[in-house]
Amino acid sequence: MSAEVNPLTVVTRRSRRRKRAGIVMEALATAAAILAIVVLAIVVISVARKGLPAINADFFTKNPAPVFQTGGGIKNAIVGTLIMTGMATLISVPVGVLIAIFNTEFAPPRVAEGMRIALNVLAGVPTIVIGIFIFGLLVVGHGQSAIAASLGLSIVMVPLIARATEEVLLLVPVTLREGGMALGATRARTVITVILPTAVGGIVTATIVAVARGAGETAPLLFTSSIFANSVVTDVHQAMASIPLTIFVDSESPSVADQQTAWAAALVLMAGVLIMGVIGRALSLRTRRQIERAR
Amino acid sequence: MHSMTESESRSERDTAGGESADVVLARSQAQMAELAAQHGANPEEGKVVVLGLENVAVSYHGTEAVRGVEMNIRKELVTAFIGPSGCGKTTLLRSLNRMNDLIPGAEVSGKITYHGHDLNAAGVDPVEVRRRIGMVFQRPNPFPKSIFDNVAYGLRLHGMKDNLNDRVEKALRQAALWDEVHKRLRSSALSLSGGQQQRLCIARALAIEPDVVLMDEPASALDPIATQRIEDLVAELRNDYTIVIVTHNMQQAARVADMTAFFSVDVAESGARCGILVEHAPTVQLFTRPSDERTEAYVTGRFG
Repeated sequence: MSAEVNPLTVVTRRSRRRKRAGIVMEALATAAAILAIVVLAIVVISVARKGLPAINADFFTKNPAPVFQTGGGIKNAIVGTLIMTGMATLISVPVGVLIAIFNTEFAPPRVAEGMRIALNVLAGVPTIVIGIFIFGLLVVGHGQSAIAASLGLSIVMVPLIARATEEVLLLVPVTLREGGMALGATRARTVITVILPTAVGGIVTATIVAVARGAGETAPLLFTSSIFANSVVTDVHQAMASIPLTIFVDSESPSVADQQTAWAAALVLMAGVLIMGVIGRALSLRTRRQIERAR
Repeated sequence: MHSMTESESRSERDTAGGESADVVLARSQAQMAELAAQHGANPEEGKVVVLGLENVAVSYHGTEAVRGVEMNIRKELVTAFIGPSGCGKTTLLRSLNRMNDLIPGAEVSGKITYHGHDLNAAGVDPVEVRRRIGMVFQRPNPFPKSIFDNVAYGLRLHGMKDNLNDRVEKALRQAALWDEVHKRLRSSALSLSGGQQQRLCIARALAIEPDVVLMDEPASALDPIATQRIEDLVAELRNDYTIVIVTHNMQQAARVADMTAFFSVDVAESGARCGILVEHAPTVQLFTRPSDERTEAYVTGRFG
C-alpha cells in the first residue's frame, strides 16, 4: 500500500456496512413519517369527496326526513352533539383541573405517581367498556338520556384534561409558587391567584383537545343515547341524536341518500375535530412560550 | 456604600476578581474604615434582637445541611451571610420565614425565635410568619400580572385594601422603581428588565410592611449596574427594616452589611459535609480583624 493513504477517508467493509445501515434506518423512519401523513391525507380527501356533495344549508338547518322519504339534514344530531359534549365538558373540566391541582400541589410524590398511572389506565379503558358501565349504572331502569351519555363522555375526557393540565402546571416555575407563599399566601391561594392564571392557556388547550375527542366518541353513546327522535331534543333526560351515531346508523342504511348523509356527517365531524386540534396546538405553543418568559 | 460615589464603586466591582489577596485586603480595609465611621465600632449596640437562633440545624431527608447555628439578628441592621457554596447559608435563610416547610423532607431543629416567640412552635401560622418576614429570591420572580397587581398582590391578600393606590406607590418608591414605571403600571411585569423585576419583587415584599426582609443573593442574576442599584436600595432600607442578605460576593457584604456571618463547610471523617457558622461579627471586624483563621483565609481570598 502506498504511504499516502488517508486513514480518515479509507473505505473498508465495516465502514460500508455501517454507512448502509445508517441509510436504511433513515429511510425506514422517513417512510413511516410519510406514511402517517399520507394516511391522514387519504382519509381527509376521501371523506371530503364523498361528503361534500351532500353538504348544503339544509344539511345544517333541517332535521332528517321521515322514513321512506329523502332529503333533510342532521340538525338534530348537531344540536345533540353540542349539548352532550357541552355537558360533558362542564363536568370534566373542573374535575380534571382539580385532579391536576391535587397531583401537582397537594399529593405526596408517591400518591401523585399512582394517580398518574390510574389516569393513564382510565384513558386506556376501551370506550365500549365505559359505555356498558354507564348503561348498567344509569340507563338500566331509567332509560337512555343525554345526561347518561354526557357522563360517559366525561369519563373519556377527564383523564385527558387532568394529564394535559398537570403537564402545564408542572411547567409553571417553582419560583412563582415560592413568590406567592413568601408573601403569606396559602398554598390554595397561590394556586388560584398565581398558578392557574399562569397556566390558563394550557388548560384551555387541554379542554379543546378533550372536547374534540369527546365529540367524536361513539361507543359511550351507543348504550346511552342511541334511540333518538328525528327532531331536535333539548330535554337532557331524553336520548339525543349525535353526529357519530348518525354516521354509524346511516352508513348501514341501504338507501344511497342515507349513505351520503353519513359521509357528509363524517366530514362535518372531522372538520370540527381538525379545527379544534389545530387551535389547541397553536394555543398550547403560545402558552409554553409565555411560561418560558416567566421563568 | 452610599457615601461613595457611584463611579468609584462601579470601577471597583469591575476590577474585582483575579487580583491578589493583598489588594483585596487593602481595599477592604479602606472600605472598612469607612463603614466603621458610619456605624461606630459596634453596630449592634442598643439594637433589640429580632431573630434569635439557638443551636439551629436544618436537614434534608435526615442529612444535615447546616448545624449548630447560634446567633442573634438585631433590628434595623443589615446582616450578611457569606461563605463558600454548600455552606448552608441559603438553607438557613429559608428557615427564618418557614420557607423550608415547602420542601419535602426538610426539617429544622433547635430554636428560632422572632421577638422571643418560637417560629416553629405548634399553632404558629406560617402565613403570619411570612407576612412579617418577607423574602426576595435569587432570581426575580414577578408574577405574570401587571406591575400594579404584583405590588398589590400581598396587600389584597392581607386585606390591606384601603388606599391601595397609595400603598402601591409607596412601595414602588421605597424600591426606587416608581419613576421608571409610574406611567405604565398596567403593563406586564415581565416587560421589565431583570434589575427592574428584582426591584419590583422588593417592592412587592415591602408593600405588606414586613418587619424583616430576607434576601437570597438578590443581585446574583443581575448585571453590575442593576446590582449597584439593589445595593443602594439595601443601604436605603436599612433604616426601616431588618435585613438579612445572603451573598456569595464578599465585596457586596463589605459594602452593604453592618454585621456579617461567615459560614463554612465542615467535612466529617466520614466525608459528610455540613455547613457551620464560623463567625458572626460586625462587618468591619470580620473583614479586618477576623477572630477565626478560617474566616481570615476566606476574606483574604486564600480559600473559597
